[in-house]
Amino acid sequence: MAGSIDDRFPLSVRDSETASAVALPLASRLHEWVTTVDHKKLGLMYIGGGLVFFLVAGLQAATIRLQLAVPNAGIVSPQVFNRLLTLHGTAMVFLVGMPILTGFFNYLVPLMIGARDLAFPRLNAFGFWLWFFGSLLLYFSYIGGGGMEGAGSAPAVGWFAYAPLTETPFSRGHSTDYWILSILLASVGSTATAINLIATAFSMRCPGMTLNKMPVLVWLAVVDAGLMLVALPPLSAAQIMLLLDRYLGAHFFDTQAGGSALLWQHFFWIFGHPEVYVLVIPAFAFASEIIPVFSRKVIFGYEVMVAASCAIGFISLGVWAHHMFSVGLTPAGNAFFVTSTMLVSIPTGIKIFNWLGTMWGGRIHLRTPMLFAIAFLFQFLIAGLTGIMLGVAPFCWQLTDTYFVVAHFHYVLIGAILFMIFAAIYYWFPKATGRMLDERLGLWHFWLFLIGFHLTFDTLHFAGLAGMPRRIYTYQAGRGLESFNLIASVGVLFQALGMIVFVFDIVRSLQSGKLAGKDPWDAWTLEWSTASPPPEYNFEEVPRVHSRRPLWDLKHPEDPDWKYE
Amino acid sequence: MSSGERTAEFLKLDVVAGSISPPAIPDPWVLPSRGRTGMIALIATETAFFTIFVTAYVFYIGKSLTPPYPHDVLSYPLFNTVCLLSSSLTIALASRALSSGLIRRFAILWFITWALGVEFLIGTGLEWHRLIYHVGLTIRTNLFGTTYYSLVGLHAVHVTIGSLAIALVMTLTLAGAVTQEHAERIEMLSWYWHFVDAVWIVVFLTVYVIGAR
Repeated sequence: MAGSIDDRFPLSVRDSETASAVALPLASRLHEWVTTVDHKKLGLMYIGGGLVFFLVAGLQAATIRLQLAVPNAGIVSPQVFNRLLTLHGTAMVFLVGMPILTGFFNYLVPLMIGARDLAFPRLNAFGFWLWFFGSLLLYFSYIGGGGMEGAGSAPAVGWFAYAPLTETPFSRGHSTDYWILSILLASVGSTATAINLIATAFSMRCPGMTLNKMPVLVWLAVVDAGLMLVALPPLSAAQIMLLLDRYLGAHFFDTQAGGSALLWQHFFWIFGHPEVYVLVIPAFAFASEIIPVFSRKVIFGYEVMVAASCAIGFISLGVWAHHMFSVGLTPAGNAFFVTSTMLVSIPTGIKIFNWLGTMWGGRIHLRTPMLFAIAFLFQFLIAGLTGIMLGVAPFCWQLTDTYFVVAHFHYVLIGAILFMIFAAIYYWFPKATGRMLDERLGLWHFWLFLIGFHLTFDTLHFAGLAGMPRRIYTYQAGRGLESFNLIASVGVLFQALGMIVFVFDIVRSLQSGKLAGKDPWDAWTLEWSTASPPPEYNFEEVPRVHSRRPLWDLKHPEDPDWKYE
Repeated sequence: MSSGERTAEFLKLDVVAGSISPPAIPDPWVLPSRGRTGMIALIATETAFFTIFVTAYVFYIGKSLTPPYPHDVLSYPLFNTVCLLSSSLTIALASRALSSGLIRRFAILWFITWALGVEFLIGTGLEWHRLIYHVGLTIRTNLFGTTYYSLVGLHAVHVTIGSLAIALVMTLTLAGAVTQEHAERIEMLSWYWHFVDAVWIVVFLTVYVIGAR
């Protein structure tokens, strides 16, 4: 699909101008990265940092699966298992999902709207470093968690940290404090990014780009940032209350003094459910850019797509207690949260049909990003269907706290979000580095990971239906759980192999990948009009756009999009 | 000739004739300033933050297991409230004065705003002193103490941040560094101050009116 179209891009700079990277000494290069306020560098630092923590938290997951592969295994002790479980969950959400996804938005939003940077570049750097040191604090708990009393190590309270387990009498030492402070810092950093993204999308668009002409990805970045603005503060507020409990003797969640453990659950899930959408909306955003390009068609139903995203964001703020059916809400409460949960499936269904509508009748190019995107469509559908099952209160009472729930949300987090992160990396790697990832290794990565994912998480649904509870460090033989667990653990091997291929591919392509040029996919949004990698100022001349696909207009002056919009 | 072909032919002719040009882009291309959108986003996220603390306060009204209870020890902080709310007026007038280039008038109104904010903090300090040393209510006493000091304290932290920002601008004004071109930044700071005042109305109603009945 690549072609020499340089001469048709008046609004870009030539590759040669940026290709002359002079080899600076290591200290200077480090200094450049540490002091940068460039949205592209910070975006890559977010993604790179997130991928490093992904490998760490992934190894923790692999250890968990190793321990559960056979009954009565003694690879880790119960305490160590609980720490693995807590850090795996916390890290995957705050140290992996959030930074990788905000990293992509950081990198792409200014490029896609023809801006030279985010609205507040220094605030952006501030947010990154808050996230970075917050993340280090979480793993530092392994060293510092014991405190003066030497009690405890890493936190072992689950990623949801239910009270009153987190109160001082039950959680000695500093493990819970590290959990609080680390996530508090990361959340403030994310809030800063969210403010920045909103200000950028509304105030920095290039001439001609009305809200109605913003790429779908930018729209979804706005919805995502809006959701972060209102969903993260509840967690921060609850964590501050918990700190007050632990250090000043307040009683927010202290049941002995009339405090309520249930209130923590409400506050946590008021954050926790929208957080799922904070993570999945970027996946929608990637799909909405990648699927049209590899189907060679415009996105089907742009307006409906944007409206559905706003609806998802809005409804997701009112469904949190479906995580709490088993605590015994009132019947009216149950009915409300079942209904609101069902409502989410309507805009979500609209989105799936729109992606299918985009592919329908298109010339589909099965390159690696598209393969991951197609797998995403199927897996996200299944994740949504099990979500509807669990959203029905009586069904949830039966299966709550079993591996069915674990399988369901891993289907969302891996089957949908991680698959789209892979798709996005294959798709935008050429833009960020100037080099293509290898197509053949991409195929290996895709199939190994796909097979591994389904071996592990399809099987865990059945383990859950067979009654296997979550968060147990081992189980007895003879309860019909052995084969499910063994298959699930074997699946991890395939996923790990896939990851090795992926990391190898990245390392090799950085050195010797095929040169990408500025527009390797024959795409339509503004980031492909500038050099790969883009210069610090993004665009030599600020672009002027007339339609949702400005590059299509440039490449096809005889039949521009603005005639039909 | 099918209709599709006819359309294609028509469009081609159009291009050849050169009669098709993209719709005009408004010139100048004006978008809301990043300061405004950023401040609106900040206020939105702060609102969510306060909502949780107010929710916790309301949730725990009447749930304290031991005295003191709010209606026995709280009295309306009327002078404080009047001061803080009037500071919203003075900061709005100050902001308007600056955008008209009346620096001296701005400086006087700005100083009054700062003084009113500091008065509020002193008033809160006196109230806390009374509650802690004379009534014996601390954050560990009961749920009322826990939620009262957290919510009022959180608001006072915001007043403190605002007062520091106002003091910084005051210093810069005295140094002669604030001019008409900074009017929009000053206006954004005034938005934050209005927000803090609006939160006080909610806190006042929750703590001193509804919570102390």
